[in-house]
Amino acid sequence: MFVDSFIKTITLVSVWILPLLIVSIPLWALFKRVSLYDTFIKGAREGVGVGLKIIPYLVAILVAIGMFRASGAMELLAEFTSPVLDLIGMPADILPLAIVRPMSGSGALGIMSEIANQYGGDSYMARLAAVMTGSSETTLYVIAVYFGAVGVTKVRHALLAGLIADFAAILASLFICRIVFL
Amino acid sequence: MLGYIWLFFIVTAVIVGGLNGRIDKVGQAAIDYAGLAVEISVSLIGIMCLWLGLMKLAEESGLIVLISKAIKPITKRLFPGIPPEHPAIGSVAMNVSANALGVTNAATPIGIKAMQEMQTLNKHKNIATNAMCTFLAINTAGVQLVPASIIGVLIGAGAQNPTVIIGPTLFATGTALVTAIIAVKILEKIPVFKTENYLEEGEK
Repeated sequence: MFVDSFIKTITLVSVWILPLLIVSIPLWALFKRVSLYDTFIKGAREGVGVGLKIIPYLVAILVAIGMFRASGAMELLAEFTSPVLDLIGMPADILPLAIVRPMSGSGALGIMSEIANQYGGDSYMARLAAVMTGSSETTLYVIAVYFGAVGVTKVRHALLAGLIADFAAILASLFICRIVFL
Repeated sequence: MLGYIWLFFIVTAVIVGGLNGRIDKVGQAAIDYAGLAVEISVSLIGIMCLWLGLMKLAEESGLIVLISKAIKPITKRLFPGIPPEHPAIGSVAMNVSANALGVTNAATPIGIKAMQEMQTLNKHKNIATNAMCTFLAINTAGVQLVPASIIGVLIGAGAQNPTVIIGPTLFATGTALVTAIIAVKILEKIPVFKTENYLEEGEK
C-alpha cells in the first residue's frame, strides 16, 4: 500500500515538475521585474556553445567505448573475472551488464532487457539486473559531458570516485537482491 | 587518468578485435561512434538552450541564491570550496532534485550550469576542483526515486509485479551515494590527486 502511494506520488510529481518549472520560473522572474525575453535568450544562447563544445569530449569517450564493445573484449573480461565473481555471488549472465553500466546507458538497458526477456519479468535474474541498472549512472558519459562543457581535461579523482560508486552499487545490488528476492 | 583508461580501451579493442577476427567491426565502430557522439551533442542543444534560458531567469531573479541559502547546512559540508550562498550551490541542488525525480532531460543542462558556476571559482581552468569532483561523484551514484524506464522494461518482459525493485534499488543507490561521497572526500586528500601535480611547467 505504502509503496503504491509512494510510486503514485513520485510519478505524479515527475510528470508535473517539468511544465510547472517552465511556467513558474518565468512567473517568479516577472514578479522580480527581470526582463523576461532578453534574459531567457541570453541564457539560451549559451546552450548552442555548450552543445558544440562537448562534441570532442564525447567523440573521444564514445569511440573508445564503441571499439571496446565491438572487439569482443567484454566477453574476454567476463571470462577472466568469473572466478572473482563467483566469490561475490554474481551470476555470470549479469556480468556484461555490470561492465557496460558505467559506459553506456542505452547499452545497459538493452542487456537488462535481454536478461528480463530470457528469464521472465518476475525472475530473480531480471530483478537483480533491474536493481543493478537503476542504482548507478553512466559514469564515463557523465564525466565526458559535464567536464567537457567547461573544458576541464584533468579530471583528478572524479573518475576513480565514480567507478568506486559504481562498484559499490553492484555489490549493494547483489546483497539486497539476495536478501529480498531469494 | 582519463587518458590512460582511454588508451587502455583502444589498445585492448584493437588487440582483442584482431585476435577475434573482428577488427573490421572495431574499425567500423570507431566511425559509427564518432558520428553518434555528434548526434548526441546536437540533440542536446535544444534542451540545453531551453534550460540554460530558464536557469538564467532563475539566476537573475535571485531564485538560485534562494535555493542555495535554503540548503546551506548540507552543502557547506559537502562543498567547502564553494561560498555557501554562491549560485553554484543552487544549480547543484536543482540538478540532484531533477535526477531524483527522473527528469533526466532537465538534469543534464542544469548540471552543466552547475559546472559552469563552479568553473568561475576555479583558478586552473583545465583542472577539476574538489567541488566538481564531489558533484560528479554524487551524480554518478545516480539517485533516482522511481526508475521508470527500468520498470518499463520489466513490464515489457511480462512482469506482474515490477515495482518490487524500487525499495532494493533505493537501498543500492543510497549505498552507492554514501560510498561515492566517502570515496571522493578521501581521494581528494591523496597526494597523487593534488591539483599541483596537474599544473603545467611554469605555473608551479
